[in-house]
Amino acid sequence: MRNAYISALHKLSKTNNNILALVADNGTIVYDKYLEDFPDRFINFGISEANMISVAAGLASCGKIPFAYTISNFLTFRAYEQIRNDVCMQEMNVKIVGIGVGFVYSYLGPTHHGTEDIAVMRGLPEITIFSPSDPLETVKVTNAAARIVGPVYLRLTTGGTPKIYEDDYEFEVGRGVTLREGSDIAIIATGSIVHEVVQAVNELEGLGISARLINIHTIKPIDREIIIKAAGETQAILTVEEHSITGGLGSCVAEVLAEENCVFHSFKRLGLNDAFAQGYGNYQEMKALNGLSKDDIVREVNVILECKG
Amino acid sequence: MDLKEKAKELRRETFKTICLGGGGHMPATLSIIDVLTVLYYGILNIDPNNPDDPHRDRFILSKGHACVALYAVLADKGFFDKHHLCTFGKCGTILGGHPDMHKISGVEASTGALGHGFPFGIGMALSGKLDNEPYRVFTLLGDGECQEGSIWEAAMFASHHKLDNLTAIVDFNKQQAMDYLDKIVSLEPFAEKWKAFGWEVIEVDGHDVNQLLETFNSCPLVEGKPNLIIAHTTKGKGVSFMENEPLWHYRMPNLEEMKIASRDLDLGDFWREFE
Repeated sequence: MRNAYISALHKLSKTNNNILALVADNGTIVYDKYLEDFPDRFINFGISEANMISVAAGLASCGKIPFAYTISNFLTFRAYEQIRNDVCMQEMNVKIVGIGVGFVYSYLGPTHHGTEDIAVMRGLPEITIFSPSDPLETVKVTNAAARIVGPVYLRLTTGGTPKIYEDDYEFEVGRGVTLREGSDIAIIATGSIVHEVVQAVNELEGLGISARLINIHTIKPIDREIIIKAAGETQAILTVEEHSITGGLGSCVAEVLAEENCVFHSFKRLGLNDAFAQGYGNYQEMKALNGLSKDDIVREVNVILECKG
Repeated sequence: MDLKEKAKELRRETFKTICLGGGGHMPATLSIIDVLTVLYYGILNIDPNNPDDPHRDRFILSKGHACVALYAVLADKGFFDKHHLCTFGKCGTILGGHPDMHKISGVEASTGALGHGFPFGIGMALSGKLDNEPYRVFTLLGDGECQEGSIWEAAMFASHHKLDNLTAIVDFNKQQAMDYLDKIVSLEPFAEKWKAFGWEVIEVDGHDVNQLLETFNSCPLVEGKPNLIIAHTTKGKGVSFMENEPLWHYRMPNLEEMKIASRDLDLGDFWREFE
């Protein structure tokens, strides 16, 4: 995802001279080509994320389009007031690019796990929030971010995200994607955990369970229609996110279900339940430790459908 | 233009606006009048009829709570009609207790949370350098504001990027909301701190319009370095009982005090409006 983002940014920078790549001392090697081709448009702020965001807002007020990039937590939490006041409140054309969301930084521990970023960022007016699931979708949201005039938050994982989409994928801002049709249950997911859900849905199919899989790449504004439709056409809804279930995708879906007076039989949010991500290990091990492996998702679906049945 | 007379006029306008609005940071506002007067009537290349000109100079009031002084100046310059001043703080006004760049022509950035306007201005200065634009950026900081860590992140960044098109002025009135800075968290040695961060520093009398004009005109003081002007000021300048009295940070005069202030500022019978 990270490389997909940087190559998309590189391409955009060729045609739009106002685009700047801002980093806060994060991006060794991966930005080398960018730095080589656009030496004056790459600005490393050092370890000062709050300053990067305020300066980015000032640059944007003069017509620049800064893409400010570093580890998600250090932007969304440390620089939150700067994002709120300098970027969103003043409607500045700044793109906030947080990497390492979820617990992809596995053994680095919870200081580096981006597991509450949706919760804090979606409370902000004026901002569009993208949470892509694979490298191709990352390119699509990066291009969309450059087209949108105003604040955007891109939440990305790092390297090695498996492919979900084929090359003919047609992306539309604010429009969720039904990756798999199904009628027993609708699983709504976002970000790189979508790959885990795809595998779970495959296994469920073998067990005779028809699970619909919906990918939400735009958290704000959320696709209300696809949620309402899923509630009407399936027996149960399960949200899956590599994030706190408080304020995250599950909360977004719950708000839609409640406000739209949807009639549904069962609703469950799978994610971190009032907890930081636990343990150390590699990414796969972290998913298992935190109840978000393929097996956990399959088990959860079975429990929901058994209770209902 | 007689800058001294203009400053007197704007001080009166500012005092009246705050009193009629019924609230505001009066002393912190009165301490910056002379600096704003010199900038807006002697230095800044700006045009009220073309406020978005990309080549204009920029001024950012980083200590946004002193906004009424800026409102008085912008109204006088013709950025918006003067009648707005008497609506300050009231329902339906464009003039709030902190400046809003969306609502008020001539306000370059919405400030209020301290430690934001300064780095915002640095972004503008950096953009100017990237585009080889000759415009200059001025930003006015509170001394208490310099307790914010974001000021020093930004200070480091500005000198690293050699932003000599940037001039920061610190309204050094030695007080913050609750007391004297030296009794709360001292900034000293203040000038040395800025020098250590790579800035060219000069200390001036923040109420001496001639000295201010001469100093601003000589910026950049040194090529390749951002400029830091420590403007020694008196908080509450011009109103005898407010001067250097921390109690007044956010407080309105009563009728008796209004009489004294009206006399101090040559406002005649202005106090009668509050009888």
